[in-house]
Amino acid sequence: MARLSSPQELGKYRDEILSKRNPDQPLITVCGGTGCHASGCHAVVDAFRKVLQEKAKGNGIGLRVTGCHGFCERGPLVVIHPKMVLYQKVKPEDAPAIFQETVLNGKVLENLLYEHPATGEKIATEEKVPFYQKQRRIILGNNGNIDPTQIEDYLAVGGYRALAKALFSMKPEEIIGEVKKANLRGRGGGGFPAGLKWEQCRNAPSDIKYLVCNADEGDPGAYMDRSLLEGNPHSALEGMIIGAYAIGSHEGYIFVRHEYPLALENIGIAIQQARELGLLGRDILGSGFHFDIKISRGGGAFVAGESTALMATIEGNVGEPRAKHIHTVVSGLHDKPTNLNNVETWANVPVIINEGADWYGRIGTEGSKGTKIFSLVGKVNNTGLVEVPMGMSLREIVYDIGGGIPGGKRFKAVQTGGPSGGCIPESMIDLPVDFDRLTEVGSMMGSGGMIVMDESTCMVDVAKYFMNFLKDESCGKCTSCREGTKRMYELLADITEGRGTMDHLCLLEDLGWVTAEASLCALGGTAPNPVLSTIRYFRDEYKEHIINKQCPAKVCRQLLQYRILSDVCTSCGRCSKVCSVKAITGKQKTKKEKGEPFEIDAEKCIRCGMCFESCKFEAIEVQ
Amino acid sequence: MTHSEIEAITERYENRESAILSMLQDIQAKEKYLPQEALERLGEKLGIPMNKIYRIATFYRAFSLTPKGQHEVCVCIGTACHVRGAQRVVDQINLELGIRPGETTKDRNFTLETVNCLGVCAAGPVAAIDGQYFGKMSPAKVGGTLKKFRSDKKKKEGANGKA
Amino acid sequence: MIPFSIDGQPVEGREGGNILETALDAGIEIPHLCFNESVKPYGACRLCLVEVVRNGKSRMAASCTHPVQKGMEVFTRTEKVLRARKMITELILAMCPGDKLIQEMAKGMGIDEVRFKKEEKDCILCGLCARVCDEVVGANAIHFAFRGDRREMIPPFQGEATNCIACGACVVVCPVDVIRMKEEGDERTIIRWKRTLKMKSCKVCGNYFAPWFQLEKFKEKAKLPKDFYDLCYTCRS
Repeated sequence: MARLSSPQELGKYRDEILSKRNPDQPLITVCGGTGCHASGCHAVVDAFRKVLQEKAKGNGIGLRVTGCHGFCERGPLVVIHPKMVLYQKVKPEDAPAIFQETVLNGKVLENLLYEHPATGEKIATEEKVPFYQKQRRIILGNNGNIDPTQIEDYLAVGGYRALAKALFSMKPEEIIGEVKKANLRGRGGGGFPAGLKWEQCRNAPSDIKYLVCNADEGDPGAYMDRSLLEGNPHSALEGMIIGAYAIGSHEGYIFVRHEYPLALENIGIAIQQARELGLLGRDILGSGFHFDIKISRGGGAFVAGESTALMATIEGNVGEPRAKHIHTVVSGLHDKPTNLNNVETWANVPVIINEGADWYGRIGTEGSKGTKIFSLVGKVNNTGLVEVPMGMSLREIVYDIGGGIPGGKRFKAVQTGGPSGGCIPESMIDLPVDFDRLTEVGSMMGSGGMIVMDESTCMVDVAKYFMNFLKDESCGKCTSCREGTKRMYELLADITEGRGTMDHLCLLEDLGWVTAEASLCALGGTAPNPVLSTIRYFRDEYKEHIINKQCPAKVCRQLLQYRILSDVCTSCGRCSKVCSVKAITGKQKTKKEKGEPFEIDAEKCIRCGMCFESCKFEAIEVQ
Repeated sequence: MTHSEIEAITERYENRESAILSMLQDIQAKEKYLPQEALERLGEKLGIPMNKIYRIATFYRAFSLTPKGQHEVCVCIGTACHVRGAQRVVDQINLELGIRPGETTKDRNFTLETVNCLGVCAAGPVAAIDGQYFGKMSPAKVGGTLKKFRSDKKKKEGANGKA
Repeated sequence: MIPFSIDGQPVEGREGGNILETALDAGIEIPHLCFNESVKPYGACRLCLVEVVRNGKSRMAASCTHPVQKGMEVFTRTEKVLRARKMITELILAMCPGDKLIQEMAKGMGIDEVRFKKEEKDCILCGLCARVCDEVVGANAIHFAFRGDRREMIPPFQGEATNCIACGACVVVCPVDVIRMKEEGDERTIIRWKRTLKMKSCKVCGNYFAPWFQLEKFKEKAKLPKDFYDLCYTCRS
């Protein structure tokens, strides 16, 4: 394909692509996101490929592997165009039937449809599935429609229109004005107004300015940036090019977490394709503006997601944050003005430019405009990525979209904001979710992880989990952060192992204070949040561990006692076979003899729970 | 790694000092760890002192300074997997193989690693063995899952005529 | 010079300077461990925390890495500062209970007992040794390794520091005096870095005065004549 050297040529090329595509033509799309990959979508793709090769050569039926649709719980997902029939949990052996019945005959296969959990009604299309109904997918929406490795697919859905508009009918200041007016706030954690940052960077005196896209998504349980880069890499790319033009930058970096191989691959392809079409590189679309992007790989360090640490890593140094008394928009990468936003923030930019700040401003709340993508995970029925308008209540997200808690268990809390965030208790389930409200209740937006917890989740254990994470992930430079997180972990371990006293609680609060106040960067500054928020909202649960030496959620191993109910035990002997420390003895029944109930030697028992799991008769009790 | 192999890697990044992380990743990908000689050669080639290389190599989780086992068992301990019991899966693997995260079995067959999130939360708890995902893991499933890789090794060794 | 105030006292800092050096020059004591004016400020120990008030906003910050700014008000002994300082000292003492200096500092702040499990480390991870070695000596012999609570100051691969020239700068700069140097016969050893080097003797007085390896490195670097280091420093002057 030749380079496009004007917006007219771009328009012409788009028309050409569209003219070759018939929207009524059957098309099989298979979700190729990592979630579906884990549940076996590649075998499904291969099966479809085989069927098409055998039975439909040359008749124009398309097969497209798309980005993540978000409904990971039900993967592998398949959507059949033009009727947009959604099949879930598809297996390779379903491919011939789907092809024969749905693609050729237009009939819907009931057994592969999503079933409404309450009514049992079979739902044929994505838009009618409750998981999708309350969502507003202005950023994620195209993930399911396009093949991320084909720039033509992105162009077909209107891609790079915003870039053409920005380059040819807007001044840089107007673009910044529009982003400011839309009040786009950074989706990576802090929620700093992006327009303001751009303006400061634009106004910083320097010939060289850098632009960085942070895709070092390190919050455990959050994967929206990965899904965007994997599923629609051009949207972030387009946002970056517009941003570069607005700021006056000619060199950009995308910093991708090394644990995301598919994202790395797809963004690499996207950059190459955009360059070939003249949408990236020198003289973009004949505008005279040039901007190019390099990919930088992370090395697996949570702290490297902090802006100054990320820049240090790109420079080839260890990812240690530095003091930001001079902001990175003035002196960042290689001491030059640097503007950093994360993937989701960049992906919002083309939408704002296309639709305008007024349109954008109608979505969301007063202080938080637009939508936010959350990864709704943990103890929830519909695990997946959801995009909702800012301000939707936790209840709507967890129950209406997430379908509630599995197994009839009770909702207990939602953890947001990753390791820097906090736990929000059931009493606050009607909280409208936006940047400011989350901060008010002692948590934060973070990058959008939303981990649902139920009655079988121990909040002390959760706090301990995060401290373990942070003491490992702290760079270790500041005494307060390194020693503070380590000591908080130790104290929490004491509590979960039965050595806790009420003094532990006071000490935790003291340590939390000093870790937050005395440490340099945001990692230390927010590190105590998981501890302080759980003490604040779940003090009784802490006390139960400390005073009664019991874990109400039955998670903390050292506080549990396993016991075999002799009147229920059938003497099958299964538990004793799985016990790795030989703590279970008894007389196994045989064909001739009845056997005797088994018993657990509490001294020997390491409380691994294998016996409990293996018992088919519910004869083992945990206390 | 030979000089020319190291050179091929550094040239991929135009011998830029700032690309050290990518170069280390390429060495790690090829050798499954960072051999000391390779780092020394890399340092000589780029003129970067060893104290800096060693600092980077030990800072990031992506790198290992000791050879890994034939099979890498990677348990996701992201928050979503944690609340669904990932720790118990790790504990069970520890019981079965006698290794803690970061360690390799004496026969070099398994290395146990944990990762902070694989982004496959819907299938949690998740383990990945040699890149193959195993979803909805539980302590009870550990034995059976590992077994496949155990016999695998034995078969291979038999074929190669090794003890 | 940039005028601002520390604890209400007007002071002047140099352009590009930091709060801590200005305070020390003005005779205002702020406890610190990882600061030494021969190297760039690093901000690791966090003991030099102060409260900085600018534009009506108050923030705690490490004074060693905080640039001097016109008109700001710095407070070194507020309740918050003292509380944080005390807690940090306790944390360092718990980590290195045997360090004399830390024991004295803790005593001075009224810390009678440590509320955490005592560890048996001696290095407070201030990084001064490595920074002097890199920035002043240029030997690049040692550095931090690992991260988080596993952070250590060690030679590469935990063995002998093969770049070490045994100059002893790290020995001098270590605030808690845990890097030791030993000289026996014609050998000098930096114990912590497992580095032993043969010494050269002076052609005049015959005393051993510096490691061969070190002198060769210096000659190489400064392009000095071959016989430059034949005499010891005393005999040469």
